[in-house]
Amino acid sequence: MIDPITLSVIQAGLQQVCDEMDLAFSRAAFSPVIAEADDRSDGIYAADDGSLIAQGARGLPVFVGTMQYSTRTLIEMIRAGEVAEPQPDDIYIVNDPYLGGTHLMDVRFARPFYRDGKIWCWLSNTGHWPDTGGMVPGGFSASATAAEQEGLRLPPVRLFKQGRLDREIYAIICSNIRVADQRIGDVQAQAAALRVGEARLNALLDRYGDDTVTQAIAELRRRAAEQMRAFIRQIPEGEYRGVAHVDSDGVVNEPLVIDLTITRTGDDLTFDFGRSSPPCRGPMNSVLATTLSSVYLAMRHIFPEVPISAGAFEPLHVIRPEGTFLDARYPRPVSGCAAEVSQRIAEAVFAALVEALPDRVTAAPAGTSGNFALGGFDPDRGRNYVMYQISGGGYGGNADHDGLTNGCSTIGISKAPPVEIMEQQFPVLYRRYALREGSGGAGMHRGGFGLDYEVELLRGEARASFVMDHGRFGPQGVLGGKDGAPNVVEVWQDGQLHVPEHLSKEQDIPLRPGDRVRVQTPGGGGYGKPEKRAQSLIDEDLRLGRYTKEQIRRDFGVDP
Amino acid sequence: MPTADQRTVIGVDVGGTFTDLVLLGADGGVRLAKVPSTPDNQAFGVLDALDAAGADLPRVDLIVHGTTTTTNAVLERKLARTGLITTQGFRDVLELGRRTRPQPYGMYGRFSPIIPRDLRLEVPERMMADGSVHTPLDEKAVEAAGRALLNKGCEAVVVHFLHAYANPAHELRAAEILRRFWPNDHITLGHALLSESREFERGVTAAVNAGVQPLLERYIARLTQELAARGYGGDVLVMNGNGGMVSAARVSREAAKTVMSGPASGVMAAAYTGRRAGVHDLLTYDMGGTSTDVALIRGAQPAVSNEIEIEYAMPIHVPMVDVRTIGAGGGSIARVNDAGLLEVGPQSAGADPGPICYGKGGEAPTISDANLLLGRLKPPVGDSDDKAMRAHVEAVFAEKLGKPLGLDAISAAEAVVRVANTKMAGAIRMVSLSLGADPRDFALFAFGGAGPLHAAALARELGVPRVLVPCRPGITNALGCVVADLRHDYVRTLNRPLDVLDEAEIHRAFAEQIAAGETEIGRETIALDGIRHIHSVDMQFIGQTHLLRVELDTATPSRAQLQQLFERAYWRRFHVELPEIRANLVNINTSVIGLRPPLDLSTLIDPAERRRALGDALRETRPVRFEGAWFDTPVYWRDHLPLSVEIRGPAIIEQMDTTILIEPDDLARGDDEGNIFVELGGAGND
Repeated sequence: MIDPITLSVIQAGLQQVCDEMDLAFSRAAFSPVIAEADDRSDGIYAADDGSLIAQGARGLPVFVGTMQYSTRTLIEMIRAGEVAEPQPDDIYIVNDPYLGGTHLMDVRFARPFYRDGKIWCWLSNTGHWPDTGGMVPGGFSASATAAEQEGLRLPPVRLFKQGRLDREIYAIICSNIRVADQRIGDVQAQAAALRVGEARLNALLDRYGDDTVTQAIAELRRRAAEQMRAFIRQIPEGEYRGVAHVDSDGVVNEPLVIDLTITRTGDDLTFDFGRSSPPCRGPMNSVLATTLSSVYLAMRHIFPEVPISAGAFEPLHVIRPEGTFLDARYPRPVSGCAAEVSQRIAEAVFAALVEALPDRVTAAPAGTSGNFALGGFDPDRGRNYVMYQISGGGYGGNADHDGLTNGCSTIGISKAPPVEIMEQQFPVLYRRYALREGSGGAGMHRGGFGLDYEVELLRGEARASFVMDHGRFGPQGVLGGKDGAPNVVEVWQDGQLHVPEHLSKEQDIPLRPGDRVRVQTPGGGGYGKPEKRAQSLIDEDLRLGRYTKEQIRRDFGVDP
Repeated sequence: MPTADQRTVIGVDVGGTFTDLVLLGADGGVRLAKVPSTPDNQAFGVLDALDAAGADLPRVDLIVHGTTTTTNAVLERKLARTGLITTQGFRDVLELGRRTRPQPYGMYGRFSPIIPRDLRLEVPERMMADGSVHTPLDEKAVEAAGRALLNKGCEAVVVHFLHAYANPAHELRAAEILRRFWPNDHITLGHALLSESREFERGVTAAVNAGVQPLLERYIARLTQELAARGYGGDVLVMNGNGGMVSAARVSREAAKTVMSGPASGVMAAAYTGRRAGVHDLLTYDMGGTSTDVALIRGAQPAVSNEIEIEYAMPIHVPMVDVRTIGAGGGSIARVNDAGLLEVGPQSAGADPGPICYGKGGEAPTISDANLLLGRLKPPVGDSDDKAMRAHVEAVFAEKLGKPLGLDAISAAEAVVRVANTKMAGAIRMVSLSLGADPRDFALFAFGGAGPLHAAALARELGVPRVLVPCRPGITNALGCVVADLRHDYVRTLNRPLDVLDEAEIHRAFAEQIAAGETEIGRETIALDGIRHIHSVDMQFIGQTHLLRVELDTATPSRAQLQQLFERAYWRRFHVELPEIRANLVNINTSVIGLRPPLDLSTLIDPAERRRALGDALRETRPVRFEGAWFDTPVYWRDHLPLSVEIRGPAIIEQMDTTILIEPDDLARGDDEGNIFVELGGAGND
């Protein structure tokens, strides 16, 4: 039996290995989406079944559960002879969403880690590549109807063989993606991070001994499960229902329903999504790994104290939602699952548990990544470009305070780019980048405010695409609080207003110089009844111009 | 020993709890003082410290001062009422930030902007990214906004326009208009401190500057008046966050630069001490009651960063010594979590009630309490209570930690120290790695009240071969004031591929930076030994966003040299070669440093106190716990140690301001400046 102190020390050591991989990946990466936005994650996975041993603390939340499934799938495929056996220093590359992934842009590398000639564990990481081919630059299609339209799909193949990059495989990849010339920098960074992890993990094993670390991993897993169960006991036994809606799938203009029932039995929770909508035609399907990961990240937002390990997920049983859009199979398009559907799933979890855990769970956050892509030709510079604007929104109010304004998406931790940088790089002019007044849902603690920006195309022709959500329904208020304001997209073409039919999603809207796009992101849901809000807070909101007098009167029911 | 310029110099540093002072007399005498800080007006604490040291102010030549006036003002948001005039459509930039949250998990958090929304006003004007004018400045609107802010009681104002780094004409014109009626000098222009793109970061930096400027100015005025009233006629220099000094008369102009000056002065002292001791590569480790500061010194130069965030969403982008704070200190609380695992921190017992052993009512087991149980620390209360206090601490450890862990109180205390050390070592490793350094190449410079107690264990964990404990670990910041140089930093952004850059343009940029720095330094009246220039460039491969700093030993590098130095630095950092991709030169940096005359530090411990033989420095022998066993451990008094002494572990060295722990198998060695080096494993097996 391993002593609890060695256990703590090894736990910190494993965490450190992953954090160092995260750091090495971001610092050496080229794509801003990895280098600046940290849209990546690194971890250690068990040799026999790929279960999660440890993962970097600053990895993107949406990857919290996915890599253990992709690693497990890889191990199974090797066993079945469907994938080549590994050699030391090999690195597999895979981005197939149906093999334990998210969307095609999230490219996984997996490296076998050997001790005494045997695979002891797997080191793996995911990085969001800026492009993997497909019908729209960047991959966020609003209207794809098949996986092939979304980009290049790679089964697990050894991109590095005994330490050397396979130039032939790499050439095939480069011929199928946009801006391929800089990809080598990211590939080297992603591989270098795994090498860093290997060196650190070897040092840890040398110091404490392989057997001790093996025991520690098993014990840590057991204890993480125990810790999660201790938290679960705070939830009274019973059934809890949470419902969330995706505006539409981008193709058929009808809402998709996520209908979740959580049952506490003993110290475990069972998540049943079975009554959710069937698979959809557009790209808002979710693959199983992403659905599971979304549940895990939601639970971790609620109980951030529990370390990320397979043990923490053990008491969480997700019934495979067969026949729904949350268990997509090939060739269903899935490009919206990591950025949008995942956040709706998290909101269904929040909505289900808020009454049982009113001090822990907030009202619904803005919950959209706000992807706005602009692709065009800049005549002054003689080149094509693809511009992305991601944006935040208001967080839900909570038991203690008002929601945060312009917070990051539920599944991300990345910063939005500065306006000045966007204007340096692309032929656009921002007219406004402002707090969206009145958007926070009313409540005892109101929701945070969304963002209101307007951008004008200066020269050349371009096409605008939007993959957002919460356009039809604002983020839900809870315990008597009101919903936050929904997402609004407006496109002004030649002075004429165009609103996307699907409100938050549309692809390839043509723009000419002088045309404008205005986006208002959602405010957070309110928490508690608005009548309970302190007069001093209402006065302050009014003084700071966050609400008009009419809004105060209407939403808070008081005469300012 | 006299200072080289035969003058009396005082360094006085105001910290969160104590104000520390070092006086180096023209006669060679050294006086030290440590008095409680006076947060409401730090000048009182400074005067108390001067009194405590018996400073004869009319005969003092120079006072160098480190203050946390501006730091506290920012962290507590007790700022001068400040208004913002900004580009139409962008008044909320300071509140929106970059769409973040304080922690990766947990969908909550608070943020309060430096300038409230009702004091942020917009005017029509707009520059384009290339510096051309899109919308001319509406001058009437500037005047109206300025008057409105005055009517709302603003004392300071920020003018912050989009793309002013590319063309500051509108900001300059707005300032002219405001100066006609603004009743004081407190007008900060966004581009003035930081002429780089990124509107949120530049705006916050300017807003912080404006918000602290009136406070710093008033504070300095009060302090210099008080000093003058006591007959002081010399210069007052004030410490900046870059580790250099600026005269009191000019410091308020760029007040934001003082915000992180406290930790910077400690690092400067470390660099200085290390240089004199012949150790040029140091990891500094300053462990206090609630937190630990870590910094990196390479080639006797502290790492400086222009991108420090002093708290959540509060970036101050001026060059500052890159000090990272870890949430672990002597007061960090230990607990057993729901999984039955021992955790230490991040909660802290703080200074009040503090650890149990402070006897101020603290009931939570802390790192300091663990050290007490292990015989490493003596309780701060009187000797008569020693036993009772120990028994009480032991009972708490047995109940709160021992029982759930299945350990006795002493083993639980050992576990607390071990877990705390692992955690601190991990954090220190991340700091050094993120700065591109392998901790194994460094010595650990331990200071702060608790630093020397944990340093050897941390060094062992990190693979650092030795520890340097200076003479006065507890007043290192005040010493930093005394030894720091004058310093001015310049950054110029070129951001172009190296292969199309004109070498002459690079050389001209460096020459201009040197000229600007020398002009600034020429204005100061204090004695200097010379002027030094440090040059570097920030480079990247085209397409990257992170920068790699490349140090230069010349101000006239060739393109081929730059390419080669960059490739070498990149290989060292990442072990990656990228011949396919071109290099980009982003920034040209120069620091112009006015070198102060050298000081001898050996008198920081009074030579008259030193004894001839080690045995004469022995105070007692007491049982101390190491690795599960008690050792009869000699306890020495630092001031009595002979110079160049050698002590084999286990041993403890106590002094007024800290306790040094020497573990079994380690060897402590004194040098002729009074520093102590601890060589890990240096005692061998013989």
